Amino acid sequence: MIGNPYGIWAIYRFEMARALRTLWQSLVTPVITTSLYFVVFGAAIGSGMQEIDGVEYGAFIVPGLIMLSLFTQSIFNASFGIYFPKFTGTIYEILSAPVSAMEIVIAYVGAAATKSIALGLIILATAALFVPIRIEHPLMMALFLVLTAVTFSLFGFIIGVWAQGFEQLQFIPMLIVTPLTFLGGSFYSISMLPEPWRTITLFNPVVYLISGFRWSFYGTGDVGVVWSLLATFGFMITCLVAIAWIFRTGYRLKA
Amino acid sequence: MTSVIVAEGLGKTYASGLEALKPTDLTINKGEIFALLGPNGAGKTTFISLVCGIVSPTAGKVSVEGFDIVADYRQARNRIGLVPQELTTDAFETVWATTRFSRGLFGKAKDDAYLEQLLKDLSLWDKKTTKIMHLSGGMKRRVLIAKALSHEPDILFLDEPTAGVDVELRRDMWAMVRKLRERGVTIILTTHYIEEAEEMADRVGVIAKGRLILVEDKTTLMKKLGRKTLTLNLQEPLSAVPADLSDYDLTLKAEGQELEYSFDANREETGVPDLLRRLSDAGIGFKDLNTRQSSLEDIFVGLVHEERAA
Repeated sequence: MIGNPYGIWAIYRFEMARALRTLWQSLVTPVITTSLYFVVFGAAIGSGMQEIDGVEYGAFIVPGLIMLSLFTQSIFNASFGIYFPKFTGTIYEILSAPVSAMEIVIAYVGAAATKSIALGLIILATAALFVPIRIEHPLMMALFLVLTAVTFSLFGFIIGVWAQGFEQLQFIPMLIVTPLTFLGGSFYSISMLPEPWRTITLFNPVVYLISGFRWSFYGTGDVGVVWSLLATFGFMITCLVAIAWIFRTGYRLKA
Repeated sequence: MTSVIVAEGLGKTYASGLEALKPTDLTINKGEIFALLGPNGAGKTTFISLVCGIVSPTAGKVSVEGFDIVADYRQARNRIGLVPQELTTDAFETVWATTRFSRGLFGKAKDDAYLEQLLKDLSLWDKKTTKIMHLSGGMKRRVLIAKALSHEPDILFLDEPTAGVDVELRRDMWAMVRKLRERGVTIILTTHYIEEAEEMADRVGVIAKGRLILVEDKTTLMKKLGRKTLTLNLQEPLSAVPADLSDYDLTLKAEGQELEYSFDANREETGVPDLLRRLSDAGIGFKDLNTRQSSLEDIFVGLVHEERAA
């Protein structure tokens, strides 16, 4: 039940204003990084690669690259959003305000997801400058984009609450999410892997997310699209349960 | 008298086992200025944090204008503004943006005219586009007050509002607090400056080691626990208090030039005329005399000292 829409809007606007203040860091840096990926993997290496599932290699990696940015930026934006007030002490105002736990999550996660989705679309537009892209299932593409941004923003929110220092804030994105993304088929199809690596890779949840997103572009994926949707929803529900527990117990938010 | 905050057995014990606030009963009345006094770590901020929802109680309950702070947290928190002890602000935000943020956060629709007047009242209007990081400590304190008042609360908590601010700003704040009280706002303040409580408070609570030792009307407290001191400037210095005056609470000061007599001002027989007569009989003359009422600070120090000794 939404009882304080003004409160949600205040936090959301505050978070979006922070992104605009750090526009270079929020948008321009990821775009430059993605462009460099295209130069390296698309032009330099990609020219020597065969087509994968009938898709030119440069175009094949676009969904994976968008997902890579979506994962890391959603986590970064949401974790920093809730961690920074904890760090500066301004969290007192959020905790003493008439906003519910759900409203706090909607505001922080909504803002983080908005930024990530905008970033994803900018990367898509940037990619279109380098390679020919087609989107066979635009609605499903939008659904995966939104679901992934929201889910990883929820995950980022949990990390932001959990973190007790800036190094902890970086720990999970750098040491877990990025490696899983690289190993999850961002730059290749897992069908290219020999056994047993191919089977082992199926235990990487990121495979399902990238595969589903790539399916929405080119109609082919490493796993069935239903499995991709189930994996995304499963991760989202896990994050929601964890956040509900955080607010119920006050874990690292409220003594 | 209408009560606005009612704490019943309110207590907080942290997971570490630290009992920051022992079960406390306290009622704050509408429109009063209530000063909560206590040394560092006494439990003042814990009490405020519990009422404001920043910390979860482990015992008892609190209601704000009849609304339970847990079950009816929205209604309870809507009515409260909090100025925290630490200067915790969003350094990169402007004064205007952060004040608008606070109003929205507390569920109030945009009202730029109200916020403009608020910033003008706090002498912040000419700084409205300044980033908080560029403000002085005193100005940051004013910003925190503006944020706390941005949603027009009925109750204002001021946690050490004048810590580290200059005399002029302190006077301004006292004037502002009085103005708020005239508008019907209930004010609960914690302070280390006992003179502040003495100057402004209607009632005083003293807290030490997590226990609320007493709650009393300030004037009554000063009457009840206040003592007076008679100081006599002697014509000739004494090396010791004469033995035949040992039944009086006498102390020699200023290398024997001053004789101090401490007495209960509320007693019918203060003993002053008798002491003066006996001094005259003993041939001890004095050039001048004066009396002084003990301050709230003297009372506070005495109470805390007793609690620590207990």
